Order: sequence, then C-alpha cells, then structure tokens
Amino acid sequence: MMLTGAEILVKVLIERGVDTVFGYPGGTVLNIYDELYKNSDKIRHYTTCHEQGAAHAADGYARVTGKTGVVIATSGPGATNLVTGIANAYLDSTPLVAITGNVATTLLGKDSFQEVDISCVTMPITKHNYLVKDVAKLAGTAREAFDLASSGRPGPVLIDITKDVQMDVTQFEPESDFKPNHAEKPISLEKLEEAVRLISEAERPYIYCGGGVVSSNASSELVALADRIDAPVGLSIMGLTAVPYSHPRFLGMVGMHGLYAATKALYESDLIIAVGTRFSDRATGNKAEFSKGKKIIQIEIDPAEIGKNIGVNASIIGDVRCVLKKLVAMLQPQSRPVWSERVREIKNHPNNSLEMDSRLLTPQSVIQGAYLRMGDNAVATDVGQHQMWTAQYYQFKKPRSFVTSGGLGAMGFGMGAAIGACIGSGFKRTLLFTSDGSFHMNMNELATAVSGRLSLIVIVLNNSVLGMVRQWQTLFFDGRYSSTSLERQTDFVKLAEAFGARGMRAETNEEYEACLDEAFKCDTPVLIDCIIDKDEMVLPMIPPGGSINDIILR
Amino acid sequence: MQNQQFVVSLLVSNHAGVLTRVSSLFSRRSFNINSLTVGETEDPRLSRMTIVSWGDDYMKEQIVKQLQKLVDVKKVQLMQSERTVLRELMIVKIRIRKGELSEAMEAVNTFRASIVDLSPDSISIEVTGETSKLNAFLEYMRQYDIIEMCRTGPTAMGRGNYCLENE
Repeated sequence: MMLTGAEILVKVLIERGVDTVFGYPGGTVLNIYDELYKNSDKIRHYTTCHEQGAAHAADGYARVTGKTGVVIATSGPGATNLVTGIANAYLDSTPLVAITGNVATTLLGKDSFQEVDISCVTMPITKHNYLVKDVAKLAGTAREAFDLASSGRPGPVLIDITKDVQMDVTQFEPESDFKPNHAEKPISLEKLEEAVRLISEAERPYIYCGGGVVSSNASSELVALADRIDAPVGLSIMGLTAVPYSHPRFLGMVGMHGLYAATKALYESDLIIAVGTRFSDRATGNKAEFSKGKKIIQIEIDPAEIGKNIGVNASIIGDVRCVLKKLVAMLQPQSRPVWSERVREIKNHPNNSLEMDSRLLTPQSVIQGAYLRMGDNAVATDVGQHQMWTAQYYQFKKPRSFVTSGGLGAMGFGMGAAIGACIGSGFKRTLLFTSDGSFHMNMNELATAVSGRLSLIVIVLNNSVLGMVRQWQTLFFDGRYSSTSLERQTDFVKLAEAFGARGMRAETNEEYEACLDEAFKCDTPVLIDCIIDKDEMVLPMIPPGGSINDIILR
Repeated sequence: MQNQQFVVSLLVSNHAGVLTRVSSLFSRRSFNINSLTVGETEDPRLSRMTIVSWGDDYMKEQIVKQLQKLVDVKKVQLMQSERTVLRELMIVKIRIRKGELSEAMEAVNTFRASIVDLSPDSISIEVTGETSKLNAFLEYMRQYDIIEMCRTGPTAMGRGNYCLENE
C-alpha cells in the first residue's frame, strides 16, 4: 500500500508493539502527531511540559516494563531538550527510541528556523542514530532502530526524520507477524570452564551484581549462582532490585556510599564474579586497591567492557541470563562455612548499622515510613543525597522497581522518570523521592502527573541546601559552602496545590505519618514536603579514589 | 605497558557521517590518531579505512572493541605488520633555482620518485612508499626551499591470503 512517511512511522510503532509514547509536538513533527491523533486508540501519547521530561518518562517506562521507551520531539530546541534524557539512557543502558523531526531536506544545512544537526549532537550518546532523507528508507530504518535499541546491550537510538519525508508517499510492506529476533549468540564453553575452575578454587567468592542482571531479567539465575557456590552478593546502584533486600545473601550496594558490609566483604574476598557491570569509578574507588589480592571474572554482554575499567582474569561474553544458567548447571554445589561465617560477622558488625536519630524526622524515617506502606511498586529518585539514602534504606523486593539515574547522575530525572514508571506499571501507585534541589529542576512535570491523574506520591527531602555538594564542601573544602545554601522561598505545599496536586508538609515523624495516611488514600498526585536537617550526611562514604581503609563511617 | 604504533584496517558503510562516527569515537575516548585514510572499495556500498594509531596494549584492545560497536563498521582488523604492505603518497613542491634541477633529479631517481609538475621556478615531486622512506626523502629535500607539501597517511593491505573480508 502507498503511505506517507508519517503513516509508515506510526505503522512501524504499532508493529513493534508500542502502545505508549511520550513527547511534545512542534512544527516539524505535525504530520507524525496527526497520525498519532488518528491512531489514538492504539497508541497513547503523553504530552509533558518539557522534552527532557518526556525523555526521562520514556526511560522510566522502559525500566519498569523492559520494553523499549519511545519519545518524540520536534526539531531544534525540541531535539536539544532531549539530550540529557538520551545521555541518561545511554549511561544506564536503557532501550529507548527517540524520534525527532527536522526541517525539510532542501532546508538542511542552511541554518533554517529550528534546525539543529541532532544526529551529530547525539552521536556520542546513542548506540546509533539516523537522519532519514528518503521516505523509501524510513520503514527499514525505524525497524532497525527498534531492533538496535533492545538487542545486545540495550541503549538509545535516535531517528531524525525530515519534514518532507513525513509527507512523501511510498510503497509500504507491513510486517504483521513481527517477532523480536534476538538470537542467542553462542557462549564459549572454554570460558565457562575457566570460570568454573576459578570459582571452585576460590575460598572467598563474592558476586558483584550490576544493572545487566536487571535488564536481562536474570535475578533468579543470579540467586541460584549465589546459592550454588555459597557466596554473598553486593550490588552496584544499577544492580539494586536484582536480589531482594531481605535475601540472606544480600549485602547491599557497593562503593562510595555503599553499605559497610557490601564493601568490606568485597575487599576480603579472593574472587569477584562481576555480572552485568562496567566497574564504574563510583563503585570501585581506587582500582588498584579494589582488585588487590583477588581474581576477577567478568560476565558481560558487551565485549568492550571486558577489562575497560578493571583488569580481569577471566571473562564470559553473552547475555547474562543465558551465561548464568549455563554456569550454574556446570557448577557442583559448594559450601564455604568459614567464609559464610565471616560474611555474617561483617554483616552484623556495628559499622553496618545505619541508624539515624529516631526522635527526629530524618531521611531514614522518611524513606522507611513510605516503604512500610508501599509494597513492591516502583520507586523513582532524583539525584543527590536523597538518592543514596533511598538506595541504602529502601528495602526493594522486586526487580525493575527502582528507577534512578545511575551513570549520568542527572538531577531533574525524577519527575519524568516517576511519570513513566507509573504509566509503565499500569498506573499503580508510584513513589518519587526527590529533594528541594532536584525537584526545582523539573518540577513543571507535576502538571503532567496531574493531567494524567497519576497515582504518584512525591516526597521532597527538603534541607534547603544542595546537600550532596554541601557534604563534599563540609568534608573536603573546610565548610566553604560556595553556592549550595539556597535562599529560596518556594512553598512546596502551595506549589503542589497550584499545579492541581495535593500538598502537605511534615516537620516531625508524627506529622509525616499523618501525611502518609492521607497520601496513601489519594489516587492522584500528592507532594509531601519533608523538612530535614541540612547537615545530615550520606554515610558511609569512601572518598573518591579511596578504598575500604578510607571509609568514613560517622 | 609500552606505547607502540599500530595499524587498524576497517570496512565501513559508504555513506555520509561514517567518517565523523569513527573520528569522534577516537576523540571522545582519548584514543590517539596519527593518520586516517579512506576510500571507496570495489563494492560501492563499502569504504575502507586505514588508521595509524599508537598506544599501549590496553588502548589497542579498546580501540578495536569500541570500533566494533559502531553499527556502520562492518569489519575491524589490527594489521600484523610483518604480513602487511603499507604505502603512503607524498607530494613535495620545492623552489628550484637555475642549475639545481639536475641535482634534484638525482634524488628523485634514487627514491624512485617522479616529477608531476614543472614550472620555471618550482617542481612538484610525488613519492610513494613506506613512511620511513617518505621521511628520508623529505629530510633530504630540506636543503631546498620547500614551498608546500602534503601526504596521505599510510594505507594498508595484508599480503597474500591475509585479507579484510566483510563478514
């Protein structure tokens, strides 16, 4: 059949199983939006307040569903506003297809109105991108974009479509019986055997689990490995949720603000089995100290990650889930009573306790109070101290229930991400932990949450300062609080009400509990402004480039 | 780990933007680049690039692996120097005064170079060969007044059945 480019694009979206997209209309995507209007029974479009919010929403949606997120923006400023969102998806390996319009082919390169070469801008932050200047190539390109975004190590792909291509007509062949074909690549038996040998020789193995375990849905395989070889599990921030907090082998997050036990046991191990992780500098600290006196096996889908940040003794390339399945089948059940006892000791050590003053409204009481009422629904965060506290205190139960900006550390991620997570989880109640600093960046999206009637509870840990930067200034800059003491007079309660949401404030634990009672009765957006002490620090902390010997505990 | 020079050959899609993708990868990841040559192959859908780079074993490995991740890069090969023919082309334009031409011609002949342009007060000499030969020729020519010069950077091909094939 003969179709326009815009019609073809929407057909391919439907063909690829897309039923939800996020975006913002504009001059060069009018034709696409016209098609979305005609197909609104098949694809639901959410208009955000800003394209960045749409990109983060698509990212949050992808993380909770495991599907590819889709975001649409117009040329020029629409496209450049996506950049932070695309970079975020790139650094956290989220499958995302970003679709932008561009000026007509004849106007390209003339500095036309709202023209930006977005494929060039996004080259270092996408798996791949396309500029489509010929309608005959659109269907193939769009299909390839979806395949690329979700295959191998997932990531963002951008398709920039000129306005004339959206209007031009060409023959379109539907692919009605499309099935994702992510053929499993063979896994090297030799490499598996080498890993089996290293594991069997080890006395103190330690499993270090990253985001790849979550994205390949390998939680049960990872736990099976830990059980089979009698090893504890520490996680990167992206790995959180892969193993339930309550699991006896769970030690918590590793690294700069990781739990004492997770980092201490890692340092005492003689073998690290790293699964689906790139050994970020935030997780490893001093790389020489990190790998001293131990062997490392890396299980990873992206061959370029092997040895990129940390030298390893052995590696297995492949989908983490497939590799773990094979590996577990090849391993004899092992028991390491001495090591298990030592890990228990470390876990029960007073240093591993993170108790804050229970009489005051503290980050701990705020996070735990909400946790106790939440069940296993999705939780999003912004970036900063509140994010680390959530990673430490929130007892995640289910994979894909934590949506956070790990690699990019993008303040302003939270509102969009929480919106996407809420929609992706079938409009179930979603929590966002944010802070006065982060929330100020993209609070406009509260309007999106209100118009979408989303069951979203926004908890602002409000310390009136940029807490994480201030913490560094306290520790490393002799308390010179350059530009981190905010003299803002924003009334978050009034602000929430102005957006059409409920707003509440808590300064004590009693007030907070009352707010939660109210909030959990609402099925529309609620904001709770929680006033906390500006000098509360995220501890423990291993200073950048440090090791367990440099850990600051209190 | 010691730094060493090495040559990477690539088969890439022959369309706009591919050169940018490859070169921006080098700058983004702080990979070194000495020279890059590119040209269409017998299959018009593909171009072949020869990149001369330097670094330690870690960098060498990362360059190959990161290049392999680019969708437009179809094949990456680290060329084994003893099995590879490397050739570079250089053109040097020198000022020639009366009576100097025959002496310059001697150098041209010795280096198996050729004169590609002649004017009343200058000659342009083309010389092809390995980088070391071009350097030697250039060194010799410094006794003349070099007006301008250009060189392509090496291009590489494996000997015999040592081939770069699109998989």
